Amino acid sequence: MARNAIEIENVSKRYLLGEHHGAHGTLRDTITASVQRTLGRETSRTQEIWALRDVSLTVGEGESLGLIGRNGAGKSTVLKVITRITEPTSGVSRTRGRVGSLLEVGTGFHPELTGRENVYLNGAILGMGRREIDRRFDEIVEFAGVPRFLDTPVKRYSSGMYLRLAFAVAAHLDSDIMAVDEVLAVGDAEFQRKCLGKMGALEREGRTVVFVSHNLDAIARLCRTTAWLEGGQLLAYGPTQEVIASYLASGITRAAQADFPERPDEPVSLRSATLYNEDGDPAVQVDRGRPFTIEARFVVKKPVPGLDITGFVESLRGARVLDEAWSEAAPDERGEPGEYVARVTVPPVLAVGDYAAGIWIGSPYETHVYEEDVLRFRLEGATKGRADRVLQLGLAWDVERTGERLATGERT
Amino acid sequence: MLEIQRRRYRKRELTVEATDRWTENRPSGGRRALRLGELWSYRELVVFLALRDIKARYKQALFGIGWSVVQPVVGVLVLALVFRRLAGVPSDGIPYAPFALLGFLLWSYFSASLGNASASMVNNVSLVTKVYFARLVTPVASLLPGFVHLAIGLVLLGVLLPFYDITPGWEALVFPLCLVGAMIVALGAGLLLATLNVRYRDVGHVLGFLTQLWFLASPVAYPSSLVGEEWRWAYALNPMAGVIDTARWSLLNGPAPGPELALSAVVGVALLAVGLLYFQRAERNFADVI
Repeated sequence: MARNAIEIENVSKRYLLGEHHGAHGTLRDTITASVQRTLGRETSRTQEIWALRDVSLTVGEGESLGLIGRNGAGKSTVLKVITRITEPTSGVSRTRGRVGSLLEVGTGFHPELTGRENVYLNGAILGMGRREIDRRFDEIVEFAGVPRFLDTPVKRYSSGMYLRLAFAVAAHLDSDIMAVDEVLAVGDAEFQRKCLGKMGALEREGRTVVFVSHNLDAIARLCRTTAWLEGGQLLAYGPTQEVIASYLASGITRAAQADFPERPDEPVSLRSATLYNEDGDPAVQVDRGRPFTIEARFVVKKPVPGLDITGFVESLRGARVLDEAWSEAAPDERGEPGEYVARVTVPPVLAVGDYAAGIWIGSPYETHVYEEDVLRFRLEGATKGRADRVLQLGLAWDVERTGERLATGERT
Repeated sequence: MLEIQRRRYRKRELTVEATDRWTENRPSGGRRALRLGELWSYRELVVFLALRDIKARYKQALFGIGWSVVQPVVGVLVLALVFRRLAGVPSDGIPYAPFALLGFLLWSYFSASLGNASASMVNNVSLVTKVYFARLVTPVASLLPGFVHLAIGLVLLGVLLPFYDITPGWEALVFPLCLVGAMIVALGAGLLLATLNVRYRDVGHVLGFLTQLWFLASPVAYPSSLVGEEWRWAYALNPMAGVIDTARWSLLNGPAPGPELALSAVVGVALLAVGLLYFQRAERNFADVI
């Protein structure tokens, strides 16, 4: 009975990288290269990157497929092939019904136009007709929660309002297939919760959803089937729980150190974040019974009154377990320009499992650095049969034996 | 069981007729059909994109629509001073002000549309890389905003005509064809430049230079009768010459265009055909290269 809505057969996608195929190649480069080729001086500056290699997937109508994998694994390319934004180099992808793409929130929004005008424009870009938008307009506005600002240019919107409006338009698109890329990475917790709820509703309405996310918890909640891509190849494809389990167990996602590029325009730049074990070595696996240390190196270029840093740890199911701020223990004047090394040591309180750590740097007024999910590590040890917990504090029960005989024993 | 049936039913409702057809995405090797029908299905997007550009242009401009009057008036004054006063060019017996104004209006429309069309891919990178749509939509949409200026300018011309005792006859009915001609030429050249622009940003530098040369090679400030008889056919290779000459004949009772007009028309249509083919061939790689 259930038909397929998407069929991807042996799809490969090659990108050419190189000076004369690069994004902003100039005519001169091409001419130089072709002259050199005709002279027999092949410079072979062109580099091939296979974003996808021989990937086959099918998604039934009304089902939802999750795509997971590291950055550059080819997840977004799969979406671009499904939505026909890009052509495969070989293989074929077929879709049945209207395909809506939500690869970016607010594609085509124009800052000078009002909320109302942008709803119509964005709807048209996503493939809705004027009448269709008329019909869904009230719903869109209600979902976005911006009725008072409909006739205000969106450049005056807060970023939260902007995101909600943009997501609302896309979510109310009457498409049969929705390709969604990491939209939940932006916006606050409230926005994410609303988006997830709406996407769940889409699936219940019988839409086919293909969903790319780093948020494994969201994938687990929304998708019954999941595909795991690595280096453009399909590593695992099946029931979500199993695929996520083997993804986490593989350890390839772990990172003990992350380095960041300098941001010249910002008053604060994070240089690196590192996770150390008790012995002071960078580590991706730590004994859960031992403490570990998160270190951040950053530069402050201009005085930042009230400078603060927090290190946070999240379980891979999405719960923020720790979020510890410098200011809590050091309430003095902070924020002089200079180079800083900040360390925080976490005592052995977390349970066995996989975690992600991130860094926030800012002041009570502004956020300068917000890097989620920069360190991935595993706390090892015996789960003692209670794998679902996040904290393992070893709390002592106070148990008193209050009698010798069972209270019910009197029946016998 | 009932729940499953209900879901099926809802699914049916959602996906009415189109769902039984597969849409395929496979390597085309550049041999795609022209798919002009697809462009038609995106006509509303064309209108919305054009409206976006128009609204955005006038939103924070203090003087707003007034620029549409000031520009042609000042433009014509300068042309009159340089070409009429200093160089003493003739104007086919038409008073110079309406003569130059009509040429200036058509030329402004053409050069603005050409510029917009050339930049239409590069200015919409987020659309090209994040959404599928018939790529022809953006260059076609960039032909529309220029009509706002043009329409206001034509009203200005209409106000001027009685002062110069010019009453257009039945020939005025041909004028819309001149606009179509300007659109064809702007789109044809615009598609070529837009396609090149995706890969080579040199187009930005070339465009201003090209437009200047093209302006001098078009009968905006001078009549094409100024060109010697032996060069008339060569001159008609510029399709904008045919457009402007025909417009002056239709609205200002200028001399009727000669047989060279056919050459202008053929060159214009050929330019559009080449532009379309080149664009369509390269289109599949736009999202990867841009």
